[in-house]
Amino acid sequence: MSVDIKIKNALKKFGDNVIIPDLSLTVKKGEFFTLLGPSGCGKTTLLRMIAGFNTIDGGDFYFDERRINDLNPAKRNIGMVFQSYAIFPHMTVRKNVEFGLTNKNLSKAEIRSRAEKFMDLMQISELADRMPTSLSGGQQQRVALARALCIEPDVLLMDEPLSNLDAKLRIEMRSVIKDIQQTVGITTIYVTHDQEEAMAISDRIAVMNKGVIQHIGTPKGIYQRPANTFVAAFIGRSNLLEGELVMKGDMPYVRFEQYEAPVPAVASEFRKPQKVIISARPEELSISREDNGGFKATIISSIFLGLNTHYFMRLENGMQMESVHESTLDSIIEPGTKVSVTFNTDKINLFTADGSTNILTGVQNDAQPSAVSRAGGKRLAVG
Amino acid sequence: MQAKRRFDLWTVVSLVTLGFFVLFLLYPLWGLLRQSVFNAKGEFTLEYFKRFFQYRYYTVTIFNSIKVSLAITLVTLLLGIPISYFYSFYQLKGAKFLFVVSLLCAMSAPFIGAYAWILLLGRQGVITKFMANTFGLNIGSIYGFDGILFVQSLKLFPLVFIYMNGAFKDIDNSLLEASANMGVVGVKRFFKVILQLSMPTILAASLVVFMRAFADFGTPLLIGEGYRTFPVEIYNQYLGEHGQDYRFAAAISVIGVIMTTAIFLLQKWATSRYNFSISAMHPVEKKKPKGIGGFLMYLYSYALVGLAFLPQAYIVYLSFRNSDGAVFLPGYSFTNYRMAVTRLLGRSVNNTVLLGLAALAIIVLLAVIIAYLVVRRASMLNNVIDTLSMVPYIMPGSVIGVALVIAFSNKPFALTGTALIMIIAWVIRRMPYTIRSATATLQLVPRDVEEAATSLGTSKPKTFFRITVPMMRNGIISGAILSWISIVTELSSAIILYNNRTITLTMSTYVAISRGNDGLAAAFAAITTVVTAVSIMIYLKVSKTEDVKI
Repeated sequence: MSVDIKIKNALKKFGDNVIIPDLSLTVKKGEFFTLLGPSGCGKTTLLRMIAGFNTIDGGDFYFDERRINDLNPAKRNIGMVFQSYAIFPHMTVRKNVEFGLTNKNLSKAEIRSRAEKFMDLMQISELADRMPTSLSGGQQQRVALARALCIEPDVLLMDEPLSNLDAKLRIEMRSVIKDIQQTVGITTIYVTHDQEEAMAISDRIAVMNKGVIQHIGTPKGIYQRPANTFVAAFIGRSNLLEGELVMKGDMPYVRFEQYEAPVPAVASEFRKPQKVIISARPEELSISREDNGGFKATIISSIFLGLNTHYFMRLENGMQMESVHESTLDSIIEPGTKVSVTFNTDKINLFTADGSTNILTGVQNDAQPSAVSRAGGKRLAVG
Repeated sequence: MQAKRRFDLWTVVSLVTLGFFVLFLLYPLWGLLRQSVFNAKGEFTLEYFKRFFQYRYYTVTIFNSIKVSLAITLVTLLLGIPISYFYSFYQLKGAKFLFVVSLLCAMSAPFIGAYAWILLLGRQGVITKFMANTFGLNIGSIYGFDGILFVQSLKLFPLVFIYMNGAFKDIDNSLLEASANMGVVGVKRFFKVILQLSMPTILAASLVVFMRAFADFGTPLLIGEGYRTFPVEIYNQYLGEHGQDYRFAAAISVIGVIMTTAIFLLQKWATSRYNFSISAMHPVEKKKPKGIGGFLMYLYSYALVGLAFLPQAYIVYLSFRNSDGAVFLPGYSFTNYRMAVTRLLGRSVNNTVLLGLAALAIIVLLAVIIAYLVVRRASMLNNVIDTLSMVPYIMPGSVIGVALVIAFSNKPFALTGTALIMIIAWVIRRMPYTIRSATATLQLVPRDVEEAATSLGTSKPKTFFRITVPMMRNGIISGAILSWISIVTELSSAIILYNNRTITLTMSTYVAISRGNDGLAAAFAAITTVVTAVSIMIYLKVSKTEDVKI
């Protein structure tokens, strides 16, 4: 039985250090929800507040209508998977999985059959009588998941569960986790600092920085229409440029140096001349050896990666930027070549000069407005 | 990362533990201090300290103790580092045997070794007589400074050996290869790289050896003769020929504690200057010893360990010799043991085992509690408890003995002469081993594991007993065995606290020695030695590591 989770105005301090100033969010029933952010952004702290291992210094936490702030962690009916797996080293796999069930008034047979069901589900039945020290990282992870799910929790919390695995296993376990979550249909909160992992696995992602939620949205939404420059730079890679918005009749144009291009997606309340920050992902740039009205740049170097070719260039103002193109049969553009660069104006994003707000239409952000107003400042760099 | 401090069960546990320390550690020490500065009329006076510093007769004991302890420390380093180097960097045959025997020597009761050496090298010693009769050689005296140095160095070098093994094991092969790459090899590399990397351990080992040598009571008591040391002086003043003088004994004790504290702090300061830790990803591959060098390595290692083990072996051998109680006679029998049975052997064994186990149970309980409080519930109060629990580490046993007598000889706590006071003395004196070991183990247990249990709906007490304690088990057991061994071999505080009803194995041995009943003494000493040896074997089985932290 899964629940929805509502957090209202959460506050967390360690001593005088405010880690989370004022955070609100809602996780829907059965949703796979990811907290994503750089290390130290407060995502694990928030997760541990939900689990009950960190105190809640302010605000309200609800599972459905039940306020859990003062509920003993042992009574919250939460399944938790830890970064270190936290397998009990002195018990067999079976005893580990059964452990949570022994706290409920269940018969021996019931405990055994339930544990077996989840060991089957996680494909670890043949390891049942082994000691954990003889298991690989991936196997331990499966045990941890089976143990957490076995108690049929209302909520599954996962704290960077894949960060101790090697790259290949990480991708494999990623789909195992996603599949099992869908099969069981449990509300899940997942913490990671790996944006690719977050994109691959989540229904929705909350991007956090310095204890503040920057953007809550679907993977597609936050990638294509990030709420602010922090999100633009943190999710994928973005070239951030200082440019201007000008109006030509009713049509807004973005101007960078001598280059101008129409951006019809600018929201009506922002349609006035102003300084803006242009966020263009490497794949949202076109480069041409001929002058096609774009801004000027000089190729510094290139990396050929098979499918794509990356170009690094220097602009006339000294800034460096990166662009990506599908590799062609032509020769790669030589370093030192002068090129003309244009935007894919459908895809680029424009932000107010302080970087805090995306001025285009189509931004889906479920974060509460109070949080967004505190968004991170300018970040003028290749993200 | 800890739930809000509420006044819960653990707070009560903290306070009870603190109460225990206040009553059995601070209160006796306070009593000691008070006795040392108040005279019989209750007036404040520094007379006792003045008396001590006025007469060379007394002050010389400090200098003697320091001098002999420093010499012992130096010699043990010189003996222990080479054997550890051979052990760690070469494939010596029988390496395990060398290690186990060394451990056995280090853990044996100090005064038994001293006594055996007297039987070997003393005025009537077999070797002395053999040399004199056969070659007309006078091999000098085992008594005094030289004797203490000789006996203690042979007994304590295994500590350096064991400590250094741990350090050498942590040296990464790539560091040695890197230094070879830069042209530093052989002896130069040993001094410039290997020893430098082991410096924190060398200092730690030096401290342990120095403290043991400084606080040792049995060896100088038996073979010090004219060479008077500090712990013996405390005992003499407490129970000496000139009648009991608690106050003066207390004053000397206070001076002794100040000395050991100063040395402890000095060592801490020295260690802090080597603030690095190493761990080997690529352990050094042991080489095969070859040629004349290899032969010398074997000769050195086996001769040294053999010499250290000689007194133990000799005592066990003697215990089976015929004797009339006092003098050994030709032939072999169980006479000594039969005699021991009539001289309180049963009671001694009983007391040692029963009181020892009682003390051990309390130690284990305290260790589990304190480890949990310190590691999982760090707070001012619990840090104070942690610090207090380590105080006995720097207290010579005779000081603790005197302090307990002073504190508990009158109402409301008239405990002197009871079994309880022996148990208290042992708990106080021997708990640091188990506490250190349990704490170190718990520090390696990730908190995640307990949180996982909690998130699975487990109550706090159940988590503690089903998850935390089992995961600390090995640390607790191995620490407890070390505590146990040191309880079995305890002399310095017991000699002040025991009486006929609470006599222990070591005390029976000592009584027999001091009365000149050599046969009887050999039997008691042999039993003590065997109990120690068996305990060590169990320890090695349980801990599965050679990294013994004594």
